Amino acid sequence: MVWRPTLPTKDNNVRLEVRKTYKLYIGGAFPRSESGRSYVVNDAKGKFLANASQASRKDARDAVVAARKAFGGWSGKTAYNRGQVLYRIAEVMEGRHEQFTLEVAASEGLSASKARAVVDASIDRWVWYAGWADKLAQVVGSSNPVAGPYFDFSLPEATGVVAVLAPQDSSLLGLTSVIAPAIVSGNTVVAVSSYERPLPAVTLGEMMATSDLPGGVVNLLTGSASEIGPWLASHLDVNAIDLCGISDAEEARELEALAAENLKRVRRPAAEDWSESPGMSRLTQYLELKTVWHPIGV
Amino acid sequence: MDLWIARTPTAGIRIRLPSVTTLDSGVDSLADVTSSEDRLRRFLLGLPGVDQVGAEARAATLSTRSIKTTAKAYALDLAIRMIDLTTLEGQDTPGKVRALCAKAKRPDPADPSAPQVAAVCVYPDLVATAKHELRGSGINVASVATAFPSGRSSLAIKVQDTKDAVAAGADEVDMVIDRGAFLSGRYGLVFDEITAIREAAGDAHLKVILETGELVTYDNVRRASWLAMLAGADFIKTSTGKVSPAATLPVTLIMLEAVRDYHETTGLHIGVKPAGGIRTAKDAIKYLVTVNETAGPDWLDPELFRFGASSLLNDLLMQRTKLATGHYPGPDYFTLD
Repeated sequence: MVWRPTLPTKDNNVRLEVRKTYKLYIGGAFPRSESGRSYVVNDAKGKFLANASQASRKDARDAVVAARKAFGGWSGKTAYNRGQVLYRIAEVMEGRHEQFTLEVAASEGLSASKARAVVDASIDRWVWYAGWADKLAQVVGSSNPVAGPYFDFSLPEATGVVAVLAPQDSSLLGLTSVIAPAIVSGNTVVAVSSYERPLPAVTLGEMMATSDLPGGVVNLLTGSASEIGPWLASHLDVNAIDLCGISDAEEARELEALAAENLKRVRRPAAEDWSESPGMSRLTQYLELKTVWHPIGV
Repeated sequence: MDLWIARTPTAGIRIRLPSVTTLDSGVDSLADVTSSEDRLRRFLLGLPGVDQVGAEARAATLSTRSIKTTAKAYALDLAIRMIDLTTLEGQDTPGKVRALCAKAKRPDPADPSAPQVAAVCVYPDLVATAKHELRGSGINVASVATAFPSGRSSLAIKVQDTKDAVAAGADEVDMVIDRGAFLSGRYGLVFDEITAIREAAGDAHLKVILETGELVTYDNVRRASWLAMLAGADFIKTSTGKVSPAATLPVTLIMLEAVRDYHETTGLHIGVKPAGGIRTAKDAIKYLVTVNETAGPDWLDPELFRFGASSLLNDLLMQRTKLATGHYPGPDYFTLD
């Protein structure tokens, strides 16, 4: 008698569930944490959802190296091109709408319709920031009247590597709202996702890897912001840090003190409603103004 | 035959045989080996083959060692002291060499405890500039010579090239072997060239570049190592840095085995210098582990082991700063070179 494999049918449903092992997103690749650690992610009701990698300080260090490597290429692209890439992220997200909705619903304990609205808002936010890419210089930059034979103008340029401790509560809309304004102007980002709700961030990383975003422009670490935060805050190759994922005021103050060593731009944590129109404050947070004096009439 | 050479297994497992002072097969001493090209060829071709898989596995195992805290601090400082800070570009200017010399003397301006490097390595025409900058610092000036990097010119020109470098004040001469002659089996020609340059170099330290990336096989690396040592090299060096692959860990392992065995036979210490492609502190520490485990702790000394490198120094300094301050440093805070 010839052996035949048992195929799943309606009656003998033997198909095994594919259990996913979530990993980090560093430099366009998906490595496990260097530390080998992982942690259990539960849904809003406390039921097991998945295991996620718990990033260590060395993962953060590797992510900063990747972000620094990507900075030259990304900030050197034309603003128009960056806008297209951000718009493409929104496009690819649209295709993954269902998956994002399920994950946001499970992580944040929202109903399906509310979760869908959150995903919609996140996609719209990418589009909104994408539109800013080639308008930022006109709005923020200026030509300056000077008392001399010079054409004097100021232009915004990217600050460099931005560390982001993402919001703990809003796992997708919040994350989008802190990453997009940093990268649209040419910065590269190392983000630590929400600790208890990392799945939308992991999926965002998987989605970015298949969009047009160059590897290393966004690096996503899942794990504890309190553990990784100090290493990013004191890292001399990080140029700015967003502390919005830190709720403890004393802890935020300590991180700010560490960040002072190389005069990082620091965004302090504040109560924010992510569903509201974001305004320009995050957009202009990670910019350096370059002023040029160009001789005329000589 | 070659009983004493039977002590050169590759995979790091050393088979200890009783010390043999008289060599078999009519070869009474190493001097006899070099008495004619025929004998030299017989000797070199009689060297045991390298176990390629074993050598690579051994190198891979050695590079998994974890070096932390005080051992790491020691290794970082040692690696800095072993660097031949190198600039070998067509666009080198006296200004660039002066900047490099300043960095050699004081690698980390923010931290006076950072040690100096071993030497600065330049083209012969810039030796005088480097010598002037480094006077009184104790740092050697090394010069490449002999139609570096290809080695394709007549012996007379190579000798003159060497003499020029030494006359300009070079303390160390890095010569290249004639790979074309070596690969076509004219070992005597290669040997005679090295001896001639040895003579022309006078008191200067002679490093012989094998250019292992062009020798293709590990067996050739072993033969070239022995050939260079027999001809009077003070150092054997992997590569010019102009050919890829440059230095690799297995190649360095084989060269370290060669100097170890040469030492056991003759009592002489020959140095090893991997050059090209070593850019991170992590890589440098892998090399140091390999040195210690292969040739022994005697070779953990700038007199006997060097790194030919330029960007490696910044990474070592950054790791050093990380150990000292507890914070990750950034490349913005170190000089470009």
